Amino acid sequence: MGASQTRPEHNYDDLTDKSGFSQEQIKNLYQRFQQLSGNHEKISRDDLDRIPALNNNPIRKQIITAFFDKRNQHQNDVGSLDEIGFEQFLMVMSHFRPVNSTATEEEKVTVRKQKLRFLFNMHDTDNDGIITLDEYRTVVEELLSQSGAIETEVARSIADAAMLEVASTNVPHMAPDDFYEGITFEHFEQILKGIEMESRMSIRFLDMNTATMRCGKLSS
Amino acid sequence: MPSRTVSHGASGRLRGLFLVMVLVFLEGSVFTVAVASSDQHSPITAHSGSHKATDHGSHNNTGKAFPVLDLNYENVRVPFEISLWVLLASLMKLGFHLVPHLSNIVPESCLLIVVGLLVGGIIRGTGETVPPVLDSKLFFYILLPPIILDAGYFLPIRPFMENLGTILIFAVVGTLWNAFFVGGLLYGVCQIGTESSSILSRIGLLQCLLFGSIISAVDPVAVLAVFEEIHINELLHILVFGESLLNDAVTVVLYHLFEEFSGIGSVTLLKGFLGVISFFVVALGGVLVGVLYGILAAFTSRFTSHTRVIEPLFVFLYSYMAYLSAEIFHLSGIMALIACGAVMRPYVEANISHKSHTTIKYFLKMWSSVSETLIFIFLGVATVAGPHDWNWTFVTVTVILCLVARVIGVVGLTFIINKFRIVKLTTKDQFIIAYGGLRGAIAFSLGFLLNKEHFPEREIFLTAIITVIFFTVFVQGMTIKPLVELLAVKKKQEAKRSINEEIHTQFLDHLLTGIEDICGHYGHHHWKDKLNRFNKKYVKKCLIAGERSKEPQLIAFYHKMEMKQAIQLVESGGGIKMPSAVPSTVSMQNIQPRPSTKPAPERAIPQLSKNKEEEIRKILRTNLQRTRQRLRSYNRHTLVADPYEDGLSDLFLKKQKMFQIEKKLKEMNTYLTVPAPPPDSPTMCRARLASGKHTDFKPDQVQKGNKMCSDPQAYSIKPASNKVPMIQVDLASPQSPDSVNLLDEFGQANQQEEEEQGLMMKPPSRPREAKKPSEEDEAKDQQRLMRCLSDPGPSADEDEDGAFLP
Repeated sequence: MGASQTRPEHNYDDLTDKSGFSQEQIKNLYQRFQQLSGNHEKISRDDLDRIPALNNNPIRKQIITAFFDKRNQHQNDVGSLDEIGFEQFLMVMSHFRPVNSTATEEEKVTVRKQKLRFLFNMHDTDNDGIITLDEYRTVVEELLSQSGAIETEVARSIADAAMLEVASTNVPHMAPDDFYEGITFEHFEQILKGIEMESRMSIRFLDMNTATMRCGKLSS
Repeated sequence: MPSRTVSHGASGRLRGLFLVMVLVFLEGSVFTVAVASSDQHSPITAHSGSHKATDHGSHNNTGKAFPVLDLNYENVRVPFEISLWVLLASLMKLGFHLVPHLSNIVPESCLLIVVGLLVGGIIRGTGETVPPVLDSKLFFYILLPPIILDAGYFLPIRPFMENLGTILIFAVVGTLWNAFFVGGLLYGVCQIGTESSSILSRIGLLQCLLFGSIISAVDPVAVLAVFEEIHINELLHILVFGESLLNDAVTVVLYHLFEEFSGIGSVTLLKGFLGVISFFVVALGGVLVGVLYGILAAFTSRFTSHTRVIEPLFVFLYSYMAYLSAEIFHLSGIMALIACGAVMRPYVEANISHKSHTTIKYFLKMWSSVSETLIFIFLGVATVAGPHDWNWTFVTVTVILCLVARVIGVVGLTFIINKFRIVKLTTKDQFIIAYGGLRGAIAFSLGFLLNKEHFPEREIFLTAIITVIFFTVFVQGMTIKPLVELLAVKKKQEAKRSINEEIHTQFLDHLLTGIEDICGHYGHHHWKDKLNRFNKKYVKKCLIAGERSKEPQLIAFYHKMEMKQAIQLVESGGGIKMPSAVPSTVSMQNIQPRPSTKPAPERAIPQLSKNKEEEIRKILRTNLQRTRQRLRSYNRHTLVADPYEDGLSDLFLKKQKMFQIEKKLKEMNTYLTVPAPPPDSPTMCRARLASGKHTDFKPDQVQKGNKMCSDPQAYSIKPASNKVPMIQVDLASPQSPDSVNLLDEFGQANQQEEEEQGLMMKPPSRPREAKKPSEEDEAKDQQRLMRCLSDPGPSADEDEDGAFLP
């Protein structure tokens, strides 16, 4: 893998297969990667933390964590990494690739599942396959963290209400003594079926080479 | 006069529809209908003279004794006739829905046109001249604005902005293409036309182009009328509808441009260039005017908290002013109205009271639906009235060209657009977009405006326009529904947004912005985020009064949801069972993390007899009654005498209290009879959370008699203090020997809120003092308790009115 970072040009084909990006997109992303890492092979949390545009993002922590989460590498590993190479970076990015217009229904379903899984993993911090109430509360609190003086209580009650909604849609009948442990992935899919995740959770990756533009930005 | 009306009845054209008959009888007396419009006053008076002479002359004899019963119809003529038309329109709308299955097959717009045709036919049949009902002034200044404002105010901003590029391309390039394609080819056909060339060959290129620009614009009124009924998915709806709204600027510019050209008769390159510039001025100027008025409206609504009654008026007036101001400069009034409505809405909604919001909603819907009905009826009447010049070649060619141009335009543009879209438009989508391009009354009114001097062919044009409108509205409008079914085009999801979806929409926004930032690519999420931030930081502070300016969207959504549920609850009569879609027995307790050692639920059956329960009910009921009577007062200026109005908290509170009372009663029932699963409602629990007071209930209430926590649904927010999540009610305990004590107990629970926001109406955000009820307070508490208990009552009993009472 070390070789892939030293001479990435030769591995583009390989990466194209793995991530589904086009050569140009990979080239662009690689430039960005190098820019972020300061021409190092690996990128660390601090590197991402330094991106100025991210400063205002309420869920910055989760986003950065997602990059270092092994679960998002299309492999079955768990745990987190300290730093990631370009390939891993690309794999995380590939979750945000738009669906091909030629994709069949099944492919769309797969893509949707992958995207949802990514989201789910962001919430499920302890990787037990369940988003517990506490985890969900954290999500909502983080989400509202930028909006100033929001009482934690409000954030909590929102999370509680949301949790209650999940519970009542998925397990409509519970005895008073039953305990709904948390959102499983199936339930997660269920509650978000109204959002067209396969198209919504996509960003446009640049095709053309914008190296000059970037350099201009860098030097300024 | 009676003989005249009878003859209509005998003609029996409308035997099927009784409603029409009734109205026709009414119309009989006022056949010379002319709807008020400043320039029509003279014909009205002229008519009235003859009318008086023939019909009412005998009644107006002077020189008699004091007239006990006098008849002076002419004084009320104009308003009377307007009312008659509106009444006719409303009754028609009503009537269609009474006839089963009819509205499923035929769109309302078609039926209304038919009614218009019939009414026009009757008017004509009586030998009267058909009034020019679809007068351009009336149409553009009275009938159109409500529909457009309704569309703009309730414009789904998010899908609209996400698809703005596509919409703009369809609206601008598509309309231009349509106009020039239809106009150009029509000119060609006119020139090579064979036998009827004598008439057609006189039509010049400019006239053809003008005609093309009139006929090519998709009509928002027609689109709305049809698309509302087919419930198509949001994307297609916003694409077609957005196009119909935004193409107004193109139409306005083209119209004025070609009108100018045909007046002068010469076209220079410079003028063409100025025309292009004029397009930007018209479109952007319209938007600018709209935005300005929108901001003004938002700013005004900041200060209306003391005169809530006129709040809705500001929304209407500022929008109308925006429309008129834009029209002054020949800017696009429709775009101004759309921009105004869309800009002001988020701020106005945050400022005004909930009731004003409801008022705005209903007024807009009411006006727009009456306008729409009238427009279609008038279209029918005008068809009968208008001087027609039916030219087979011209009409057929126009209809065919319109269809062809639309299809080519949509397919061609989608091909380009799809290269840039993340969500591609499928062939089915393209078909619906092309097929949904209905033409409507705007085209007719524009054609009506044409100057006869410059356009000797006006009649041919009008006839062709009407034919195209009829063709699109009838053929396409009627077949689009079965086609949508046939093609299995994705329908709109009726389900309302859930809180989870809202959370994840927001989460996704931030996530995508973050990923774009990491990619170093400033895409549209990035800019949207910037805009949102700017909005939050500066704009909201200026335009929204008080705390709500800082409220993040998610919390606003949450409050709105709570509100909705509260209202639902109130409307459902205060029952404990929510009319929720999902009958669920899940409660807060089920999701709450709790220790494994939970107390064994022992169901102590309370020794509460039936008549005790009855007694409680009676106390509650009598109190409800009394409060209602005491509080009933009417004030014209301040509609609502209660600060409840201002906050959302009132409904939560009511809900909460009602819930508690109901719960107690239900609980008793439950324990008295079969141990059924405890009644609950997730929303109630949430309501309790919503008030943000729950944590305070804990310690003293637990001691006080286990009331709050004994409630099986009682939901302790602090995981640390979940020591007593499941204590059962022990109504038989000495603490609650009778109903009064029982009331007392949850009265105490409520009282804290009472002190803060209940009848005292203090701002809810004040920190609470520890409450120590002393003995001498007991009586006062009791009294207040009575009031507080009675509080939810009125709202429960009288649905809407309840909210008007404190």
